[in-house]
This record gives sequence, C-alpha cells and structure tokens, in this order.
Amino acid sequence: MQSRTVTFHASPPRPAPVNQTNAIGWMRRNLFGGWKDTAITLVLLAILLSFVPDLIQWLFLNATYQGDDDVCRQNGGACWPFIIEKFQVLMIGVYPQDLSWRPAVSALALMGLAALTYSGRIRGVTLIAAWAILPIFALIMIGGAFGMQKVDQSVWGGLMLSIMLALVGVIVSIPLGVLLALGRHYGSPTVKVLCVTFIELLRGVPLITILFMASVMMPLFLPPELVINNLLRIQIGMILFSSAYMAEVVRGGLQAIPKGQTEASLSLGVTPARTIAFVVVPQALRHVLPPLIGRCIALFKDTSLVIIVGLLDFLGMVKGAALDTDWLGFQAEAYVFAAFVYWLICYSLSLYGRRLEQRGPSAHT
Amino acid sequence: MRSSAKFAAMTAVMLAGTSPTLAGTLEDVRAAGELACGVSEGVPGFSNANSEGIWEGLDADVCRAVAAAVLGDAGAVRFVPLASKQKVLAVSSGQVDLTSRTTTWTMKRDGAEGVDFTAVVYYDGQGFMISADAGISSATELNDVTVCLTTGTTTELNMTDFARANNLTMEAVVFEGKREAVEAYASGRCDALTTDSSQLAAFRTGFADPSAHVILPEVISKEPLAPLVAHGDNQWKDVVTWVVYGLIEAEELGVTQANVADMAANSGNPSIQRMLGSSGDTGGLVGLGSTWMVDVLSAVGNYGEIYERNLTATLGLERGLNAQWTAGGLLYAMPIR
Repeated sequence: MQSRTVTFHASPPRPAPVNQTNAIGWMRRNLFGGWKDTAITLVLLAILLSFVPDLIQWLFLNATYQGDDDVCRQNGGACWPFIIEKFQVLMIGVYPQDLSWRPAVSALALMGLAALTYSGRIRGVTLIAAWAILPIFALIMIGGAFGMQKVDQSVWGGLMLSIMLALVGVIVSIPLGVLLALGRHYGSPTVKVLCVTFIELLRGVPLITILFMASVMMPLFLPPELVINNLLRIQIGMILFSSAYMAEVVRGGLQAIPKGQTEASLSLGVTPARTIAFVVVPQALRHVLPPLIGRCIALFKDTSLVIIVGLLDFLGMVKGAALDTDWLGFQAEAYVFAAFVYWLICYSLSLYGRRLEQRGPSAHT
Repeated sequence: MRSSAKFAAMTAVMLAGTSPTLAGTLEDVRAAGELACGVSEGVPGFSNANSEGIWEGLDADVCRAVAAAVLGDAGAVRFVPLASKQKVLAVSSGQVDLTSRTTTWTMKRDGAEGVDFTAVVYYDGQGFMISADAGISSATELNDVTVCLTTGTTTELNMTDFARANNLTMEAVVFEGKREAVEAYASGRCDALTTDSSQLAAFRTGFADPSAHVILPEVISKEPLAPLVAHGDNQWKDVVTWVVYGLIEAEELGVTQANVADMAANSGNPSIQRMLGSSGDTGGLVGLGSTWMVDVLSAVGNYGEIYERNLTATLGLERGLNAQWTAGGLLYAMPIR
C-alpha cells in the first residue's frame, strides 16, 4: 500500500449567519431575546414614542433660528435667537462686554489645560502646579491687576462665576480634605477631635445654611471696617463645606490601605511623613477616585445655589434672561440650554474620571 | 461666667456691625466715587440685566438718579444683585449704600430691622389674573376657584383675608417660586393666579396669547415700594428721599430729559428755577450741588419718562395709582423749596 499523506486543511471560517450579525440579528439578541426582553423593549419604545417626536418637533422642526421675539411667538417652537442674543450674558453675566476678551482668554486657558490633562500630556508635579496657577491667572485676568482695568466682583457672573466657584472650590478643598482625613485617621487625640468636630459640623448643615451664614450673618459679626467681599465669603463657605465631604471620601481610601504597606515602608527606613505622603495617600486617592470625581461634579452643581445669596451664577443669569421684558415667555429654551451646558460639563468630568481609573496602576483591582 | 463674658463681647460686635456708619454715607459715596446700589436678581420692569449686561428697570434708574445727584455721573453705580432675604440686611450692615429693590414699606421693617424707607417710587398691590374665557370681571366673583401663588410671602395671607371678607371659597395652590406658579397657571393647574399687579402684567406679556388673560381690577393689598437706607443716617436718607421727590416733581412741572437744559436757562417758573438751581440752591439744603436735578434729569429723565421707558413701553403697565395726584394718582412730591 502506498501511503498517502493527507494534509489537513482547515476550511476557511465561514461568516456568521447573516441573521446573527446584521442589525436584525443584533436586535433579536439584544432587544427581543425572550418574551421578557420583548415586553420591556416594547414598553420603553412606547414611552419614547410618546414624547420624542414632540420634543424633536419643538427643539428643531418648529424652532426659530433667526428673527426676533415676535417671529418666535408665531412659530411656537423653540426660540434659539433668544439664546444667541443672551449668550454673552449667560456666559459672563453683567461683566463689561468691552472687556469680555479677558474672561475669554481665561476660558481658553482652562480648556487648553483641560485638554492637556485629559490627553495625559502633562502629569505629576507639572500638572498640579498648572492647575494651582490657573485660578490665579484667571482671577488676575477677570478681576484686573498690573495696570489692567479693575472689574469689581459684584459684576462677575454667568457660567464664568459658576466655573470659578467650582474650580477654586475643588482645587482648594481636595488638599484640605486630605489633611482633615489624615488628621482624623492618624492625628493625636486633640487633632482627631478637632478634625471630627469640623467635619461633622459642616456635614451636618445644609449648604444653603452655610451660604446664608457667609453672606448674611458674617457681615453682622465683622467690624464695619473689615469688608470681605460677598464672593470671597461665599467661596470660603463652599470650600469649607466641600472639604468636609472630601475628607470623608479620602478617609475611606485611607482605611482601605493594608497595614502592611505602612509597615513595609517604615521598616525600609522611610520616615513616617514620607510614608504617608508617598505610599499611603497616593494609593488611597486612587481607591477613591470615583467618589472624588462625584464630589467635584456635585460641587459644580451646588454652585447654582448661590443665587439665593444674590450672586448671579449661570442659572441665575438663565432665570434673569427669561425675565427680560423683550423676551418674556421663553424660559423653557433658557432651561433646556442650561441643562445642556450643565450636562456637557458634568459628563466631561465623569469621562475624565473614567479615563483616570483606566489609566491608573490600580486598574486591575 | 466666662461664657457670659463671651456672649457680651459677641453682642457688642454685633451691635457695632449694625450701628450706622460713622462717617456718613454721603461722604463715603463721594470718597468711593461710586454708589453701591442693591437691586433684585431679576424682576422685569424693575431691575434686570439686559442682553448687553446693563441693568434696566425703574429700580435701576432710581439708583442712577441718586448717583447722578451725588456724583454728577449716572454711570457711577455699582449694582449689587440682592436676594429677597438679603435686601434689608445688606443695607443695614453697610454692604450697599442704598437698596432699590421692590421692597414694601412696612412698619416692622422701618421700626425694627435697622433701615429707613425714603419715598415711595411705586404703589403696587396684589391682584388676580384669570383666563378671559371664564367671563369674570371682578375678583368678588372668584368663588370656588383654585389660585396659584407663591409660598412664604404675604400673598397667601392677603388672599385668605380677602376670601373671608367676601365670603368666597378660594383654594390656594402653593409654589416655591413665582415662575413655577406662573407656569402652573399657564398650563391650567389653577383657575387664577395672584401676585403683585405689576408682576401679573409682566408675566402676561410672556404668554403666547396675552389677550386670553385678564387682570381683575381689584387690588387686595397695599404694597408701597420704596428705596431703603441704613437707619440713623439722616442726611443720606434726605438725599435719596429728595431725589425721588425731584423725579416726581419734575414730571408735574413738565421738565423732561430733552428740555431740562433749556428750562434751566430760560424757564420763568419759580418752582422750576428753584428745582434746577437757576435761583436759590435747593441741592445745598441736603448736601448736594446746586445743579443736582439738572444732572438727574439729563441722565434718566423725570418719573414719567422712567415709568414709560421701563413699565409702559415694555410691559404695557398703565399708570394707575402711580399717576400724579393731579391726574387721580397717589404721586405727590413734597414741595422743593
């Protein structure tokens, strides 16, 4: 018998059946996988169909893109010229418009730095230094110094004010929160009591109360000569409030660090202070990134409360715009725009947070 | 012992904070070169920032008038938006020189809250708005109706009083803010809406079809709105009071923004001469310059012009109670002499 060598050739893989890969297949798997899935899909579809067409009709199809308030009232849809007309006051409030390039430059600096941070071009000490310098740069640009025309804080407003309050709040309250958490976790009994008292006192009070105290009560206690302006008082109030929450978030991270880490570090001869600064805190912060980002988002949204103490932040200007005698009756557009801007900023923040979590060495945990 | 000493010290600090400024607000304003004027965060027709970021409205123009009288420059105003809860404290604690912010003149505020009212710039009052289809022409016919209103104000109390006095059944539907109340009314949650008449008119202009709603003629409460200053600074109070009277008097005498220069030079009317400083020095009586009213009128015009610009042209508000006494209204400026 002559032996024949038969080489086994695997036949080329056949594409999956069309009905598994195309849109119908996808829908069958994901939307109509069983009677339960089908029922849920149909109910959700019915809910969506009940308002989405009307919403699109109002937002885009019937909307007015050019013209004045009369044209808008006739068309009945959303009135976008109103937002265009009000765009500048929504962004910078009653800030002098001939100087509006100054907030614009600050905004560009902020966006540039955000882009650099997001792409990971700058890291470590440079990153921290850049974010520490940015608010100072923005304050100088917006408030005016070194021969630039001074602009009083009472006219700062709009989205500019919201972002400024949140940004300074976050940048100052995170280190403060870390210190408080360390004090509560490692401090001597006295320090511990002080930190716990501070944290529990501020966490036990609504932010509105703190804002009122800062704005309305504090001037009564201060001598008339000592005038701390309203904005600064509010900012300090927000920082203190936020740092109490940050402290509790960070403390959670501290508790998650195994004792072995500290012990290993100390036994290598690293000083206790350096152990905390370079071994414990970085790991702790990485553990608590999601809630930390969550606090930042919450703080940004909390800035909308400052309207009750007379600061015209973004939402305050939105309300004011809707009350302009030339444009009465378009508050829906104003609020839709406000919701969109808040969503845009908060979503960007959470995207960045997600990216940080993926990039960090603890991604596998 | 120690805690009571601490408490005493705190009280002393508090009192020091609320006590009138020693230097006198008029000198302070002159030294600062600008008037810190408290306005609202946004009340249409009274004070609201327009698309250029400029404050508009009757209250804002009162600020400008005072700045023009004191500093000769209507632009030298630093507008400080104040929330409703801050409006009295901001002026009594010296954060602003003047609050011109739709504030009702009440005995409690005047007597017990460390402020003084100057002169009424607007007589407002609570009214009702209802759909024109309802065919109701008087608030006394408002029986068995639901009424949208704002919580935490005297609005609800006024309405309850009115309903009781007239044997009506009115059901209040309470909302946190004015806007929410208006939205609820517009979407049919209630039959009627009640708030200050001036605001009713403003909100009506914002409806898709303003003529489908009527504002009933009854005004069920007194809301005299006046600028306020810190208690105890009599000179400053005089200044603000007489600037307001000046605006009203100018309308009565027919002096307008357009003709004020001509009137100052040529008018033979002794009242006009006195007011504009062509003869005598009325401004000096309250510590102002002799051309105080010329500065005011050439900057913002007289009361009628301010009213027309901010309330009639934009919101369609009639003069009503705010007409001159000679035209059946309540505006009556004290004689400037």
